[in-house]
Amino acid sequence: MAESVNLHVITGEPQAARPYRFRAMERFLFGGAGMLALLGLLLQAPWQISLATLAVALIAFLQLKRSRLLAAIATGAMALVAANSLIDLVDQPEAINAGFWCLVAAAWLLAWGCVDQLSAIKTLSRSYRTVLNVLIPVLFGLWLLILWELLTRGLNVPQVLLPAPSQIGQRFMESRAILWMDFKQTFLRAVLIGYAIGCGAGFIVAILIDRSPFLQRGLLPIGNLVSALPIVGVAPIMVMWFGFDWPSKAAVVIIMTFFPMLVNTVSGLSAAQPMQHDLMKTYAASYWQSLFKLRIPEALPFIFNALKINSTLAMIGAIVAEFFGTPTLGMGFRISTEVGRMNVDMVWAEIAVAALAGSLFYGLVALLERIFTFWHPSVRS
Amino acid sequence: MNDASRVIEVNGLSLIFPTSDGDVHALQDIDLTINQGDFVSFIGPSGCGKTTLLRVIADLEQATSGSIEVNGMTPEEARLARAYGYVFQAASLYPWRTIASNVALPLEIMGLKGDEIRSRVEHNLALVDLAGFGRKYPWQLSGGMQQRASIARALAVEPDLLLMDEPFGALDEIVRDHLNEQLLKLWAKTNKTVVFVTHSIPEAVFLSNKIVVMSPRPGRIQEVIESDLPAERDLSIRETQAFLHLANRVRDGLRAGHSYDEVS
Ligand SMILES: Nc1ncnc2c1ncn2[C@@H]1O[C@H](COP(=O)(O)OP(=O)(O)OP(=O)(O)O)[C@@H](O)[C@H]1O
Ligand SMILES: [Mg+2]
Repeated sequence: MAESVNLHVITGEPQAARPYRFRAMERFLFGGAGMLALLGLLLQAPWQISLATLAVALIAFLQLKRSRLLAAIATGAMALVAANSLIDLVDQPEAINAGFWCLVAAAWLLAWGCVDQLSAIKTLSRSYRTVLNVLIPVLFGLWLLILWELLTRGLNVPQVLLPAPSQIGQRFMESRAILWMDFKQTFLRAVLIGYAIGCGAGFIVAILIDRSPFLQRGLLPIGNLVSALPIVGVAPIMVMWFGFDWPSKAAVVIIMTFFPMLVNTVSGLSAAQPMQHDLMKTYAASYWQSLFKLRIPEALPFIFNALKINSTLAMIGAIVAEFFGTPTLGMGFRISTEVGRMNVDMVWAEIAVAALAGSLFYGLVALLERIFTFWHPSVRS
Repeated sequence: MNDASRVIEVNGLSLIFPTSDGDVHALQDIDLTINQGDFVSFIGPSGCGKTTLLRVIADLEQATSGSIEVNGMTPEEARLARAYGYVFQAASLYPWRTIASNVALPLEIMGLKGDEIRSRVEHNLALVDLAGFGRKYPWQLSGGMQQRASIARALAVEPDLLLMDEPFGALDEIVRDHLNEQLLKLWAKTNKTVVFVTHSIPEAVFLSNKIVVMSPRPGRIQEVIESDLPAERDLSIRETQAFLHLANRVRDGLRAGHSYDEVS
């Protein structure tokens, strides 16, 4: 039951923009939390947590009109206290009963209510806004982890299927040195170098073939062909050409990132409107002047699009390429060998590193995009 | 008039746009002479080829037949010699540049130095009443302000020949009057040649010493009316008998073009 509701959070989180529906939603959340806490009490869950949860849910239900912030703090704090006590209990088999799961659901509804209240706060203060914008996803992610922890341990999910976050975290702390070395090998070398060369070359080639419709017509279909090549086939060939170490992985990344950049830059360079070209023509601007002053700025949104796509492709490319021969190092290598050894927690630790690095990388490119294309209708607000 | 004072010389010029549903005769048999220091207005109904004729002069469009000279050169040579400044029907400012650096754009391309650019930008922004808006981006300004910025951009080049395609079409009456006066002052002071497209009869009569009345399908010149108004004028001239008389002549010319259209 908890899992189906969980999906509901991800897909259907209510928006503050629809105040009426939202009202009903917060009533439902706090009312539901209170009821579940009561049910937990009846079904022999620990009475202290049940009562406290019930009380806070009731107060929030009755008082939330006064102050959203207070309601959010009270429910958020109570949800965390409840989660903490439940996690302490989760390893005692006699404590896991229907009441226990009622309390898990109650705490989770409280937390949901808390995030709901936070996102409904309308404030004009900028710093306040920023804090909220960070806090809401952090709370959301934290609760995903808490539920994951409670479910895997409470239901005794085998570790090979899905280890608990705490196990992954522990493995992460113990293997920091290895993880760092893998990260250096895969991300700092293969991904970054491959990405820089692939994107740079794609951009430069796009400029070079700009004056040759013949080359454009010839290269672009090849680009589509190469994009369709399975990385599984390319990676072993690159290993044969460039050896086992990171250059062969960087080569895979270059192949994967080159053509998206080429294709996007070529279409970006023809994005300027005829009248803007006419303007340059009336100034008797040279080819290079209109390239730098008109066509490249106009192409920037396209170029950043490619940079964003490529940041994801580069991560996938470098990690998967390591499945096909590598020195005893690298994130992909580690994942493939530790899966074989059933050390699933280590696999998850690598996945966590990859996810973190990948999102930061993407976020950085997106930030640069906002800075450089501030003038574009899709960015300016 | 000797040849040296002839800025634009058009003889038997025609232009046909081939389109998927037949040829469009945008211009047919155009003969026109524009002298140094003239202020010439093109007036006529929508689609009669005013913009097209201006674009031919600017070498943005090539004639199908006939001849045209600008400053005694082909339009292309004149364009490469930066003989003219062009104000488009829409502002077409670059959104990634501030208003000031949009005005500076042609100057950068011409290779002027920073100080010179700055003083010209300042001067011309003040001329169109946009002093203080230099740091704004085009999309932060109203349509009329954008259009004024694009006029400042064309003026900053300080061309001897100004080609303006309905530059004041998007402006309100008061601003329009004000800019009309400014333009007239600038013209009287600098002896520039101006070719000006408009839909407004009072505007054409007030500004011009030569009014070219055009008619559509095919686009051609209906009548060229020489103005007998004094060169020195201000807005009050619009109430005089001579002004109204001239305006009526222009209106009759436009009507003649239209009736031809309806018969055919
Ligand atoms: N690039 C083009 N291709 C095909 N036809 C065109 C093209 N440009 C203009 N025309 C046609 O040529 C004719 C004259 O157009 P033009 O833009 O010169 O009119 P205009 O007098 O400036 O009209 P308006 O007052 O509405 O601006 C119109 O019939 C138009 O459809
Ligand atoms: Mg026009």
